[in-house]
Amino acid sequence: MSKWFSEEHEWVEMLNDDIVRIGITDYAQQELGDIVFVESPEVDDSITSNESMGTIESVKTVSDIYAPLSGIVVRVNEKLEDEPELVNTNSEDEGWLIEMKITDREELNDLLDEETYKKHIEDEGD
Amino acid sequence: MAEERTALYDRHVSLGAKMVPFGGFEMPVQYESIKAEHQAVREAVGLFDVSHMGEALIAGETAYTTMQRIMSNDVSRLEVGKAQYSLMCNETGGVVDDFLVYQLAEDKYMVIPNAANREKDIAWLKQHAEAGTIVTDVSDDYALLALQGPKAMEVLQSLTEEDVSSIGFFRFKAEVDINGRPAIVSRSGYTGEDGYEIYCDSSEAGEIWDALLQAGESAGIQPCGLGARDTLRFEAGLPLYGQEISETISPLEAKLGFAVKVNKEADFIGKAALAAEKENKPARKLVGIEMIEKGIPRTDYPVYDHNGNDIGHVTSGTQSPTLGKNLGLALVNAEYAVLDTELTVGVRKRNLQAKIVPTPFYKR
Repeated sequence: MSKWFSEEHEWVEMLNDDIVRIGITDYAQQELGDIVFVESPEVDDSITSNESMGTIESVKTVSDIYAPLSGIVVRVNEKLEDEPELVNTNSEDEGWLIEMKITDREELNDLLDEETYKKHIEDEGD
Repeated sequence: MAEERTALYDRHVSLGAKMVPFGGFEMPVQYESIKAEHQAVREAVGLFDVSHMGEALIAGETAYTTMQRIMSNDVSRLEVGKAQYSLMCNETGGVVDDFLVYQLAEDKYMVIPNAANREKDIAWLKQHAEAGTIVTDVSDDYALLALQGPKAMEVLQSLTEEDVSSIGFFRFKAEVDINGRPAIVSRSGYTGEDGYEIYCDSSEAGEIWDALLQAGESAGIQPCGLGARDTLRFEAGLPLYGQEISETISPLEAKLGFAVKVNKEADFIGKAALAAEKENKPARKLVGIEMIEKGIPRTDYPVYDHNGNDIGHVTSGTQSPTLGKNLGLALVNAEYAVLDTELTVGVRKRNLQAKIVPTPFYKR
């Protein structure tokens, strides 16, 4: 299953035609350090792309999670309530954040493929 | 402005540290994980490069009277070989800086400014020094390593003939030979654990760092960054300048009255203001808070009473790695500073329940 990426370090996986699963990338979890708290939006919340849809807290800091797409939340990863460290250990599978029904398919065009995302990380690291 | 680098910069990078700007230096915030580094110090031993801290010498025939005039603590209680925690206050009783004071000789003291305050402190010390006292900034000459944790003693002992167990808490020895290099070894730290702070020549810091890491291998030594240093000091209830104390927060509010000797004979800067504040009781008090609802208190989050009145702010907070609880230190109006009092913390858009708990959160 192929993934798409945002410049804000989220990954997006198409589950079917209009449902996506969203998480943060391995690079992002490494940058954050030990994650101790994830504040996700709730089911039925309406999300706007590029706006904060929640926060991730590491021991040291609080970081906003920017929505890569617009849509309606259909499911949140409830495991993260008790095991936020899953975002560290399995950021790109078990540590997913939310699933949502997207409302603007055009926005998919703004996402990066894996190769372009990797290049984006390298550029950011400079 | 470009950040300075400590003598150990290359070693941090090759150990995989994440480097961040702090107090004018590029410092390691973590190597692998703040939690793992924190735990190593609580359970075994950790090694920190804290060379960003400054060192200043106050020397001369009037050094003692200069120190008594500038320091809130009673310098007469020091003697050669002893260290003391002290504050340097302004006329209104706010804190210019807090630091350790070492008495090196009858007429010579060394103080350890916070990195970000170094220039301000040196200027303050020079401005208020009596004739016959010379203040010298020797920060660039010294590197400072902190070896902290229950196994710190055995690791350090393996590198020196000196009996380091005989150095008492808040005492030090100069000219200790560590693996062939001379150093000042102080039994002190900023973690709430037993440990040593080692002042050595910057040019020799690398070899001492390497020797300590190697000697500590079987004890489980871990290089530790400023991230773990902050969570460790936080659990131990030790103040951080700029958060728990500042030029607008008095040491009495921050519960540092033990280092404010308003009854000492010398008229130190800030004495009148602090004596009056002590008499009238401080208006605010630093308290420990534990979150009841899920959320983590962070610096500058507002604190409210149950009627929604603004009663103060969080000075530091995190999820305590040792205790697993979401804890904070908060400066609140004194009438609220009662154990078990419930209050709320403004965590971004929400107000979450918390209660006042005893500090320090962790005691070894």
